Amino acid sequence: MSDPKLTLSGISKSFPGVRALNNVSLELYPGEVTALIGENGAGKSTLVKVLTGIYQPDEGDIRIGGQQVHFANPHAASGHRITAIHQETVLFDELSVAENIFLGHAPRTRFRTIDWQKMHADARTILNEIGAGHLHPETPLKQLGIASKHLVAVARAMSIDAEIVIMDEPTAALSHKEIEDLFELVNLLKAQGKAILFISHKFDEIFAIADRYTVFRDGEMVGHGELKDTNQSDLVRMMVGRSVEQVFPKREVSIGEPVLEVNALGYATEFADVSFTLRQGEILGFYGLVGAGRSEVMQALFGISRPDAGAIMLDGKPLSPRSPADAIEAGIVYVPEERGKQGVVVDLPIFQNISLPSMDKTSRNGFLRLAKEFALARQFSERLDLRAASLSQHAGTLSGGNQQKVVIAKWLATQPRVIILDEPTKGIDIGSKAAVHEFMGELVAEGLSVIMVSSELPEIMGMSDRIAVMREGRLISIEENSDQLNAETLVRLAADIKADAA
Amino acid sequence: MKKLIAARETWLGLAIIAMIVATDFRSSGFGSPGNLASIFNNSAMLIILALGQMMVILTRSIDLSMASNLALSGMIVALTNAAFPWIPVPVLMVMATGCGLILGAFNGVLVWRLGIPAIVVTLGTLTIFRGLIFVIAGGQWVNADAMSEDFVQYTRIEFLGLPMLSWYAIVIVAALYVLMTRTSTGRAIYASGVNPTASVYAGIDVGMTKFIAFCLSGALSGFCGYLWVSRYVIGSVGVAQGYELTVVAACVIGGISIAGGVGTVAGAVLGALFLGVINSALPVINISPFWQMAISGAAIILAVILNGRSEGGRAKVILKQAEVTS
Repeated sequence: MSDPKLTLSGISKSFPGVRALNNVSLELYPGEVTALIGENGAGKSTLVKVLTGIYQPDEGDIRIGGQQVHFANPHAASGHRITAIHQETVLFDELSVAENIFLGHAPRTRFRTIDWQKMHADARTILNEIGAGHLHPETPLKQLGIASKHLVAVARAMSIDAEIVIMDEPTAALSHKEIEDLFELVNLLKAQGKAILFISHKFDEIFAIADRYTVFRDGEMVGHGELKDTNQSDLVRMMVGRSVEQVFPKREVSIGEPVLEVNALGYATEFADVSFTLRQGEILGFYGLVGAGRSEVMQALFGISRPDAGAIMLDGKPLSPRSPADAIEAGIVYVPEERGKQGVVVDLPIFQNISLPSMDKTSRNGFLRLAKEFALARQFSERLDLRAASLSQHAGTLSGGNQQKVVIAKWLATQPRVIILDEPTKGIDIGSKAAVHEFMGELVAEGLSVIMVSSELPEIMGMSDRIAVMREGRLISIEENSDQLNAETLVRLAADIKADAA
Repeated sequence: MKKLIAARETWLGLAIIAMIVATDFRSSGFGSPGNLASIFNNSAMLIILALGQMMVILTRSIDLSMASNLALSGMIVALTNAAFPWIPVPVLMVMATGCGLILGAFNGVLVWRLGIPAIVVTLGTLTIFRGLIFVIAGGQWVNADAMSEDFVQYTRIEFLGLPMLSWYAIVIVAALYVLMTRTSTGRAIYASGVNPTASVYAGIDVGMTKFIAFCLSGALSGFCGYLWVSRYVIGSVGVAQGYELTVVAACVIGGISIAGGVGTVAGAVLGALFLGVINSALPVINISPFWQMAISGAAIILAVILNGRSEGGRAKVILKQAEVTS
């Protein structure tokens, strides 16, 4: 076994309130592909950013060929011949293939101007080398598909003579055939002795292409080794096996009649054949990988997109919301993922924020009744213990936690039947998380029904009565959340891993 | 926050009063009630147009076609009056407003349904509307001889010492104040300007709200079309050419944020009055017209700087006591 080309040891990186990486290490070997495996939020992206000089680690060192290096910025990282090929490849649509390949290090003429002839010729050579002879150096990049753009990114990596290539979910948007082509290319890079870091959620790909693996969980490195010594089950166990389970204030609520019935719902290229039933007092969790189509289904239920197949029944009556206003009227509300952008209206007073979705009820013939609006706002802000000097003060003057309460008060004021929470605790601190979970318990205790979209396993398993798993736009399975259900089952379903495939 | 916003308009009001007092010092009689009434009357159309523009700007759009809309609607009623002098003037007023509404709705549909940026749409319709005046009038002017006595008088008749032109502006200011602060349409205009995404999720149709704003600004432009032609007794291709920028300037001076969502009826009115007072005061103190333009321009930039300061200086709220006291 040769020496590692790149060694990370003891790398830690913290952001306010979050320890994204905690004392992790990673080794990349020349001529080998190392797969980096982990759940969403395990720290993979942070690691990539450390490797490409976007973030500087708080602690730990990076060695290339045994020599310690420090990347002050992305330029320094590429100077050490590290290059990354991202999910959404970072290239320039308006430039030609050759310009993209040589941006920043184009061959020059004697007069320091760009030597176009040499650049096109060099580009031609590299493209041929990587089996992309069908691409023309002068074609504008915007005319190419995503697979061809990856080829250009690889060509760029070759042009800077990269020794270390990071591929961050390169197959996410590729077809089956394109993935095969990409793998051929990866094998070519391997043969040239490059060290490759391959990040993917898809286990079949990892086993097809990688030689080694490193598993991250909650910002820590929990396992590494050679793939031939392991199997999918072990990897999944490493990914999800949690030492401490958080305490979830799940209340025992008697579950009633079906409230929302969704039958074979489908929309264009986003999702198809989604059927489920939500009962009164129930929390239905939606689990899946990012991009599995969960939010898209919820947006259809909320009238943002219009499904072209299937039916929605609310309380036994058919419902086809044409706009969010229709859905709110019917009793479905949606608390979106990006609260800052989609939740609170900072330059409006608190009471106007709260009454915003209820304006139909607080106005008559288009004229607002301020007294009614205030009464509504007071009722719900008291219930949520919102701390503000006055309800006329602008929502932007409140702290984050109180803004969150304004958003919740706003939805409760519409007196919904079904409340959809999309990643309700993403990016908030532990204390606020507990408050949100507590609050969900209260909601169902009052007879509401909750749909919770979440990518965090502990949250999904801690709060849900049943768990729906989506994969690639389809609802794969709905599991009763009992003691028999374990995290591995959910991950298998979400990532399409056969039981004991090894 | 509320006090701060109130202060912005208070300061603008004080600046206007200070200018009046200072000019009166140089040229006695400038501050007399009669002269102030005449300044208000001269600013009446700018006030109406600024209010229309304000609604559009609040929804994060802009209407550059207002002056062309005004000229086209004005030309249509002028020609109608010349051809059929027996049609009562109130009917012509409704007609002008209706023409403006249709033109505004055209802008609105393009922005709402086709999602073209408002600045592009209205830059196009600015030229189209003006071009249409050539087409319908064949390059002709409609002058005083062709207009009926009523047509000319309906902006001039005095009521309680003020010309009707001023009264139209006063009624429109009052109506729009109610619209913006007391109706769900007004609330939707503010909400969709401050945070369009959150508004969509709160069940507000942001696109339709923009459409409504364009219809209203169009209707007000159309109404001003009649006022302009009647007041200056001329209908021609060149009517109000370039005036859209003065209207935007009045809004900006009045503290209406070009980024949308922030601004009040009082602000728009004061912004328009500010420009009206400057334009009346500068000739009185013998400042050349060339300087007038430079001074108006400087006032715009100054207003933006002051507004920017009051907005940008706001600190995040992290301290507990700050939350309670703000």
